[in-house]
Order: sequence, then structure tokens, then C-alpha cells
Amino acid sequence: MQITVKLFATFRQDRFKLAEQDYPEGTTIADVLDALAIAAPDVGMLFVNGRSAEPERRLASGAVLAIFPLVGGG
Amino acid sequence: MDKILRVNMTDLTVKVEPVPADWAGLGGRALTSTIVAAEVPPTCHPLGPNNKLVFAPGLLSGTAASNANRFSCGSKSPLTGGIKECSAGGTSSGLIARLGYKAIIIEGKPAGDTWYTVVVHKDGATIKPETEVLRLGTFATVQHVNEHYGEDFGVITLGPAGENLMAIANISVKDPESKIRSFGRGGLGAVMGSKKVKMIVVNPEGGVALRLADPAKFKAANQAFTKTLLDHPVSGQGLKKYGTAVLVNVLNEAGGLPTKNFTSGQCAHHDAISGETMYENIVARGGEPSHNCSPSCQIQCSQIYNDKDGNYVTSGFEYETIWALGADGMVEDLDVIAEIDNVFDDIGVDSIETPVMLAVAMEAGLLPWGDGKRILELLRNDITHATPLGRMLGGGTGHVGRAFGMTRIPVVKNQAIPAYDPRPIKGIGVTYATTTMGADHTAGYAIATNILNVGGKVDPLSNDGQVELSRNLQIATAAIDSTGLCLFIAFPALDIPECLGGVIDLLNARYGINLTGDDVIALGKQVLKIEHAFNLAAGLGPETDRLPEFFELEAIEPHNVKWDMDQKELASFWNF
Ligand code: SF4
Repeated sequence: MQITVKLFATFRQDRFKLAEQDYPEGTTIADVLDALAIAAPDVGMLFVNGRSAEPERRLASGAVLAIFPLVGGG
Repeated sequence: MDKILRVNMTDLTVKVEPVPADWAGLGGRALTSTIVAAEVPPTCHPLGPNNKLVFAPGLLSGTAASNANRFSCGSKSPLTGGIKECSAGGTSSGLIARLGYKAIIIEGKPAGDTWYTVVVHKDGATIKPETEVLRLGTFATVQHVNEHYGEDFGVITLGPAGENLMAIANISVKDPESKIRSFGRGGLGAVMGSKKVKMIVVNPEGGVALRLADPAKFKAANQAFTKTLLDHPVSGQGLKKYGTAVLVNVLNEAGGLPTKNFTSGQCAHHDAISGETMYENIVARGGEPSHNCSPSCQIQCSQIYNDKDGNYVTSGFEYETIWALGADGMVEDLDVIAEIDNVFDDIGVDSIETPVMLAVAMEAGLLPWGDGKRILELLRNDITHATPLGRMLGGGTGHVGRAFGMTRIPVVKNQAIPAYDPRPIKGIGVTYATTTMGADHTAGYAIATNILNVGGKVDPLSNDGQVELSRNLQIATAAIDSTGLCLFIAFPALDIPECLGGVIDLLNARYGINLTGDDVIALGKQVLKIEHAFNLAAGLGPETDRLPEFFELEAIEPHNVKWDMDQKELASFWNF
């Protein structure tokens, strides 16, 4: 199935900004993180279709997954 | 040897007074709000002789404590009609503290047309007629002080907007690079202008190292505290690299980036105006991604942004400014936004109120969406020279919205709503509605817990738990704002226990006292209650603790949500 993956801040280094990627059915966010070699403790925010999500979450075909490191401002 | 410096602009006299016992344990916001509540009649005209302008370094300012060199400015706000406290960096806070002044109170109002400079020094202050820097921008004014007084002098000044008593006018403070930091919100520049004070310069001569009750404990506490600032990924790495503008993409993803005058929660050109793009430009053009706005800052969220030819354009290029111009006002070019930010600093206007007002003016049809060139003209011509159009714009977001008969006017207590839409991020909506300041994200930064997953998680789309979250944050913020510490220490403070412990140890070692965490919370509550009582007496009753109606009527994409918090639940905010 097709997943759109968006990366931000330091996660873009040596990776990409946005990519359409093919994953098997049943893929979780954690599987995508593994595939991208992003360590779980470095992750600050995960959004699926604009809503906050947990790593165990299974992705549906066509999902847009956004992955941020721990960042903040104000 | 703590003193209060009282500068009376009616009869041009200066008094150095002892600190009343009640004020001895206060600093920063706690002190400015206490003094304003004690000495300013809540019903006075903000630009009249009965209003006062109070500057107070924080409780830790002037010491070697990390991130502690910020100070507060308090008054009755001409924008909101309520009490106001702003925090700013720059070099003056530490200098004032080391001269022994806990607060500087500017009161009264001169009768004639003469403008003045107030020179603060170790023995008091000298009030001098001012002609040379009148109508100059803030950068030229700072330059003038560097050349004619000394590079090491502190400067607190107005741009033309403040001289013209506009409600969008801020007060500018010289930073370590002779650039500008600001007491941004609430039109405090107009209050200073009403007193005919163009600038306050601070002569550092005779300043002394502050006495510490327990120097060894202070040093150890500062080391432990600083470690938490450097260890936390947000304060130790994220803010240094991307500044606060990293939030553009975060809020866009979360659907809470108010776009085109709050008609959408996402912006198509978000990447062009993001912190990531800013960082790339800074590095490619020889700017500086990390920079401090005040001495002893370890977090360094500020930066120096250059143009394509490598020339300085702006510093302290904040998320809120970039959001307001770039998403709310649809200016798509980050370089144009940077140029406008520089003009905001130079003419001395709030970089939130002004662009939010401009987006309302765009919707009204006064200028095209995203027209950076026209914005620059309006700023440089109309606002700078106070043409009738400039004065209308200078009244702020609410003023312009009313002038054009609009209903979508994003203000609370007449102050512009900043960069986070309250419909999909309910916690920040509670803060906007209830804070004593008028719409102000910093008063209780619920974004941390609603979006950034700092200090736990509270679902931003649900009303549950938001009042409590905002209340706890507002209480803690009022306390932090009293220490002189930068609010960004809240990121480690929410996650690492040693951070707040370090702050308390610093206070105890500085003053030889035995504060506990509960005392700090009690101080925060006391500050909020003093401010709330002032607002009630000023006519800002419970009916003003609410968001504008359009948030209840218009759903926002992508989450398709309205503001739907019960007014009774909101009112329960004050049950403490
Ligand atoms: S973190 Fe930013 S706002 Fe805070 S003191 Fe440092 S430069 Fe100033």
C-alpha cells in the first residue's frame, strides 16, 4: 500500500522531505521508523492525517504520516 | 541596598526610595503587577497622567544564572484597557539590577511638547530634554547612544509609532549586538510616548556584582540548572538550530496554523516559510543560526538572518512574526518577511499585533493578500509618519476590523490572537480567553502539552482537561516571569525535575531564604489574582473572558471543528 511520509527538521538530513512509499498491509508507524532508521526516543511528534498518533498505530493505505523530532518554540 | 527609582515626568523630579517590605521578595512580573495594582487607578486613561510604566529586572537578573537576564515592563494597556506585563531580553535588565534598582517607575506626564531622555545611573536618574533622536528609528537611536554615551550603556526606547502614541507601538531594548528586542504586546510604547520619554539609557558605571547569600550553593545550583537546559532536546538542540520557526511545519501538520485571517488551519506554502527553510538560508548566506538575545542565555533561540548577498536583515526572527505575515497574511517569500520584521523593529511596532491587523486589512480589501511591497509602504510611509491611514492601522487589529465592519476579528480583550488556532487546539483557546493579558500564547503555553508532547499529552481536539492545563501553566508562567528567566526554560522544567529544583535552589542561594516548590506556585497564583482584580476593577469582567464569536460559528479545516467550550467551564478557570 502507498503511504506518504513527511520528515521534518533534523530527520530530513540524509533522508528526504516527502516521499510516497510502498509498505505491506498491516505496517505500523514503528515499522516505518525502523525502515527509515529513526530511533524511537528521538521522535517528538507523530501525526497521521493531521492527528497525533502512537507508534503502534497500523497505517491505512493512502495515509499521510508526518514525523518530527523533539522540537518546540513559542 | 535595593532601591526603587521613581521618575516623575509631571514635575521632572527623581527620587530614590527604599524598597517597601511587601515588595522585597518580588521581582519581574510579580513586582510590576504589584506596583501597577497598588499605584495605578484601574479606571485611569492609559495615556493619561495617572498611568505608570514600571520596569523590573527578575529576581535572578544580574547574577551569573543562565537565561536570567530578562526583565518585565508593566502598565495599564492602551490596547486592552487591562493590566499588562511584557517580558524582554536585551542588556538592560542585568545593568539595572547591578545598579541596585529593583524597579524603575515612570509616572506623571509633562505639560509641554518637549521630549526627554532619562539617564539612569548609580545615584538615581537625570531627565534631559531630547531633540537629537526624535523621530529616529530604534536602530539609529541605539547607534546614537553607542556613539554619544557608550557602547556598554543599556537602551530602552521608542520608534516613531510610540512617539505617535499608537496602540501597536512596542518598547525596544538594545541587545548584545546593538540590535533590538521588544516589550512587544499591548501598546506599551504608547504609554512611554504619552510620558514624552523617547528613551531610557542605563549607565552601567558603578554597577556592582550582586551579593549572593550562599555563593557556593548558587554556583552548584546554576550548574545543575544549566545542565537541564542543555540536556533537554528542545532547549538544548532544537531551538538553537531552527529557532521558534520550527513550529510553522508542526502547526501546519496539526491543522492549527491560522491561515488567511483564520479561515484555514493549513497553509499551502508552509515549507517556504518554515524553520527548516530559514535554517538553510541562514547557513547558505553566512548568518548565525544560534544567537542570544541577552547575556547568559544558554538556549539561544535567536538568530541572524542575512539576505542573498550576505547582508544583515534581521535577528530574533520569531515563529509568531513569520506565521502572521507568511500564513495569516499570505506573504510567501521568507526574505520579504525578514525585511518587514526589520521594519517592525525599527519603527517600534508589535510584530504580532501589526501583521494580524494587516491580515484583517487584507480581508477588508485595503491591500491585496500577500503584498509585501504594499506592507512595507504602509509601514514606512503611513505608520511612520502617522498619516490618517497610518493612525487607523496603528489602532490595531480590533480597531481596523471595526472600521471595516468586519466580523472575523481575531482578538481577545482587543489584543490580536497569535499563531495557534484555538478551534483545533482547545488548550490555547482557554489561555487566550482567560489570561489577564488579552490574547497571549506565552501566558499559558498549552501548545507544549496539546501539540509538542512536552509535559505530558492532552488531546488538543477535546475540551477535557484544558482548563486545568491552562491554569497550571498560567500559574507557573507568572512565577517564571518573576524570576527574569526566559520562558523557554519551561521545556526542560516540564520534563526534568532537576530544572525547577535548580531554579528554587538559585533563588534560595541568592537571597538566603528557604522557598519550596509550593511557595513558587503560591507566588504565581498571587500574581494572577492581583492582575485579575485590577482587570475586574478596570471593567474587564467575566464576559470579556471569551473568544470572538466567529470561532463558534465557523468551522476550520482540516479538522472541521468549531470553538465549543462551555462559558461556565471557562469561568471555572478562576477557581483557585
Ligand atoms: S532562549 Fe531565546 S528568548 Fe530566551 S533568552 Fe535565549 S535568545 Fe532570548
